[in-house]
Amino acid sequence: MYLYDEYDQKIVDERVAQYRGQTERFLDGTLSEEQFLPLRLQNGLYVQRLAPMLRVAVPYGLLSSQQLRKVAQLSRDFDKGYVHISTRQNIQFNWPELAQVPDILAELASVQMHAIQTSGNCIRNTTTDQYAGVATDELEDPRPWCEIIRQWSTLHPEFAFLPRKFKIAVCGSEEDRAAIHSHDIGIELVHNEAGHTGFRVLVGGGLGRTPVIGVEICDFLEATQLLTYLEAILRVYNQHGRRDNKYKARIKILVRAMGIDAFRDAVEQEWVSLKDGPSTLTEAEIQRAKSFFIEPQYIPFDASSAATALQDQCDADPIFGNWVKRNTVAHRVAGYRIVNISLKATGYAPGDVTDKQLELIAELADEYSMGEVRTTHQQNMVLADVEQSHLYQLWQALQKASLATANIGYLTDMICCPGGDYCSLANAKSIPVAEAIQSRFDDMDYVYDLGPLELNISGCMNACGHHHIGHIGILGVDKKGQEFYQVSLGGHQGKDASIGKILGPSFKQEDMPAIVDTLLTTFVELRQEEENFLDTYRRVGIDPFKERVYAKAD
Amino acid sequence: MPRLIKNGAIVEDHSPEVLDLEQWLQMEDRATRAVVLEPGETLAPLLEHIAELPLVLVNFPTFMDGRGFSYGRELRERGYKGELRAVGHFMRDQLTYLARCGFDAFQFEDEAELDDAVASLADFSEYYQASIDQPKPLFRRRA
Repeated sequence: MYLYDEYDQKIVDERVAQYRGQTERFLDGTLSEEQFLPLRLQNGLYVQRLAPMLRVAVPYGLLSSQQLRKVAQLSRDFDKGYVHISTRQNIQFNWPELAQVPDILAELASVQMHAIQTSGNCIRNTTTDQYAGVATDELEDPRPWCEIIRQWSTLHPEFAFLPRKFKIAVCGSEEDRAAIHSHDIGIELVHNEAGHTGFRVLVGGGLGRTPVIGVEICDFLEATQLLTYLEAILRVYNQHGRRDNKYKARIKILVRAMGIDAFRDAVEQEWVSLKDGPSTLTEAEIQRAKSFFIEPQYIPFDASSAATALQDQCDADPIFGNWVKRNTVAHRVAGYRIVNISLKATGYAPGDVTDKQLELIAELADEYSMGEVRTTHQQNMVLADVEQSHLYQLWQALQKASLATANIGYLTDMICCPGGDYCSLANAKSIPVAEAIQSRFDDMDYVYDLGPLELNISGCMNACGHHHIGHIGILGVDKKGQEFYQVSLGGHQGKDASIGKILGPSFKQEDMPAIVDTLLTTFVELRQEEENFLDTYRRVGIDPFKERVYAKAD
Repeated sequence: MPRLIKNGAIVEDHSPEVLDLEQWLQMEDRATRAVVLEPGETLAPLLEHIAELPLVLVNFPTFMDGRGFSYGRELRERGYKGELRAVGHFMRDQLTYLARCGFDAFQFEDEAELDDAVASLADFSEYYQASIDQPKPLFRRRA
């Protein structure tokens, strides 16, 4: 993984010192609440319903075991002993004291971490595929490019006060696991006919109040021009994005208003003066970035004997076998597996993880997975480089800590924002809805039979729970002070991304498990052969679901 | 005499009369007159006179309006060498960003802030990006 040199360290340390001064000025009354607001947001600090929330950056979801231990320690020393993995791969502390945040940041800086630009109207943490570098369907590792973007976007002088937040995601594989169609800029690594690496660039995707699928602005961008082209897009957005209405300020609204062709022309025009300028990447810099993500020293295994050995273990212990089937994924290298750690055990808030669990995961990472851990936008964690022969011991250790729920990609592995229990923006609670659904569908045979199913819950329009791209999306809405839930169907992330369609009038919280039950029963009746929920929905449309759900309600 | 920060020091303001863009465009001798830009206005007419312009002010109606940062960089990138002054409701916490976008003068609403503001210019000593005060991005300078 990327390691700071003295320059990176200096930048982060100076930011901590600056923020310490800003906090002191706020506490002594020199800075008003209004002035302090953007300053603390640009350092990840929200003031929430019950306490501040500090969002720490996990660049493209990659953490060392040392960093994980530090997070665990900070959660104990400054918080209530647990943290939350966000849908943008970041880590959130729920209960820090505002006055102690500079100390937390200083501690984070000691392990090369920070909270820079995890909130506010600026370029946020760049996200990517949680299987980067180890996926079987990967063209090229996206992480060196993510790191190049991270450095460019960190404390960028021109783009710190944009009309609205700005999110970039990068994907380097066949399947899009980074939801690049739902980001302000989505970048896909591609090769041209000559075999050169470049980027297909999408712009104007986003969730929130007006969900939009990103559109292509450039079909092949030369690799060395990555930053000059991003600067051109950002400059057009900074100058022309709407600032009069925060709900119309994202780049998607500008792209839509101008039309993609006119927007592209404006970017190209801006690019003329930036292209081939000093921000053009050098071959040396590209190689430097890549040098941090070189392939580790894998042990050569014989593929077929490794597979046989694992199969024998799975046969001997079917519970283990089931976990291998549901929670592990094929690795690029024979004899290794990618292991998903589910943070979706029933009874725990989705994505929450305790200090003890973090320390255990750090220990397991050291023992079994090259000392590295990843966070996922589905709010789980990943050990990416596990030898197959270690899976059994790893599983036993995870199981003892409630980290081996075999549900990755299934109904109960739902994406869920912190919602009204924590967040001051939320219209409604989301965690109890998730828990009620998990409790109702506790028959895992039924859950597996349903097939891969994405159920995403957001407590408000801001869509942190990505409800628009859930096969089943649930959105908390406020109706005259009462919490209601609106259901949408047919959303999807991936290369054939789609935005869910609203089913109809919203429901009460207590009715939600029954509504989901009706939707699933309808699906099971309508499905053909091995169809999953999305396939069936795309074939039959929304009407059969609508009829069943509202007939029952009447 | 009002005071402001110029080239890192607190000085008295001896600037000439400042015109808004509309007034400035009506002047025959506009190439040698000072002009203030508001967010949303076009830079294009200034670019014709970039070699002669003595003073360009960029107004920040609120500190959240970041359009002025792009004005600064664009003017400098197109070769403007005169004084580039931030006016309005920016904050001292934005000074390093402004300086890196090519601003060399800062006129605060409240002059009591000037001493602290000068100190803020030194908040950062290293940066990743290419900028007006350091045209080489860090990746071209790393040892």
